Amino acid sequence: MKNWTLFIKWTAILIAIPALLVGCKHDTRNYEVKVINLTQNQPFSPLAVVLHNDAFTPWAVGSSASLGLEELSESGDNSMFLIEAKRTLGRRSKINGHRRDNEVSGDGVILPGMSQTVEANVGGETVLLTSLTMLVNTNDAFAGINSIDLSDLAVGDELKRFMPVYDAGTEGNSESLGSIPGPAAGGEGFNAERDDVDYVARHPGVVTDIDGYTDSVLDQSHRFDAPVALVVVKRLE
Amino acid sequence: MNLSKLLLAGSFATQGLLFSPLVDAENIDIQFINLTQGMHFTPVLFSVHDGATNLYALGAAASPEIQAMAEGGDISGLQAQVVAAGGSNIDDSAPGLLAPASSSEILGLDVDPDSYLSIATMLLPTNDAFTALNGWKIPSEPGTYTLYLNAYDAGTEANNELVLAGSGVPGNPGIPGAPGGDSGTNGTGVTNDESNAMIHVHRGNVGDTEADGGVSDVDSRIHRWLNPVAQVTVTVN
Repeated sequence: MKNWTLFIKWTAILIAIPALLVGCKHDTRNYEVKVINLTQNQPFSPLAVVLHNDAFTPWAVGSSASLGLEELSESGDNSMFLIEAKRTLGRRSKINGHRRDNEVSGDGVILPGMSQTVEANVGGETVLLTSLTMLVNTNDAFAGINSIDLSDLAVGDELKRFMPVYDAGTEGNSESLGSIPGPAAGGEGFNAERDDVDYVARHPGVVTDIDGYTDSVLDQSHRFDAPVALVVVKRLE
Repeated sequence: MNLSKLLLAGSFATQGLLFSPLVDAENIDIQFINLTQGMHFTPVLFSVHDGATNLYALGAAASPEIQAMAEGGDISGLQAQVVAAGGSNIDDSAPGLLAPASSSEILGLDVDPDSYLSIATMLLPTNDAFTALNGWKIPSEPGTYTLYLNAYDAGTEANNELVLAGSGVPGNPGIPGAPGGDSGTNGTGVTNDESNAMIHVHRGNVGDTEADGGVSDVDSRIHRWLNPVAQVTVTVN
């Protein structure tokens, strides 16, 4: 009698474990995010990729940039931006006790003409994608897509979007040697002082020395027009 | 018995009649507009082909056919590629140069279902700028569809911005001509380098304001642009 109860218990557990595992797996959506740098001479900082819901607003035109966005746009360091996302989405990123990789950084710089691919996954029904990167030969320009809805993207399907270019509004576009962190200058990255308009907007482009701005460390090769990148999103499973 | 067979056959015939216009062919109009203020377009490639045909890929090296189109306005190589892939090329209403802010049309074109539309043309005066639509699926749903096209840099030639006879031949650096007759001469050259050898978004002409000398033979007051540079309106009748 005791043995029978034990047998039934174990059988129930053995059936339940795979069922739970299958249930968890079903709830996870995996995506591949590939970004191609379409500029002439603006290397991109490592990509920040966040899968999220309405709770997280990465940036809004006309609103002040978060500290994480300021750091990313001025220095290319995406760690604070990803921490901000994780703080906001903390509960959501841990569904059924399983960690989700829904705030992910790319590995290394993306040179012009090259691409970077990042994999990320998330649970839940509503899936918004935000991805951004700094144009490193600028004061505070970033390319990004903001809260693109992937909820209806079927497994195996692809979605393509161009990335516009924004100005974080946290650092004046001096184009000076000391203020641009990229290879054109090797200057300072992040500076907590906000000496610009302090709202996010579309970027006006760089002036460079060839247009007579003698204080600019940038040359004609650093000029750009929008869009500056192509994003290809693929749902893996 | 015979009657029911006859009725059955009749209903199939009716269905066939009803659905055949949708299945056999679609009838479309295409309007293509040069949106720029001061750039000419070379004779435009209009092609209809299957979904497996692509003229180019952003972030990839240009084919010799794309290079010939982007550096010299020669679309014959692309036309041959399309024909070899089972597609067809269509003549438009403005077979020569397409002047700034002017348009050309293709009216009443019959296309097979699941056809794709490609368009390509070079911008003058530039070294290797082009605008293109790369395999856009023609919708089956009747309606009017509007698309905006960016200017791309083929990545095959440094943008020296010098108007030089014979430079339309791939491998000969320079701008083959300025159809507006508004370019300068004797420029020293903007650059001999190309930082991104892949197809990317064009950073724009630099130009200068000197008719004789300066760095560039193009006029910075006339020969600049911002994306988008072209509009395509497709009407599915």
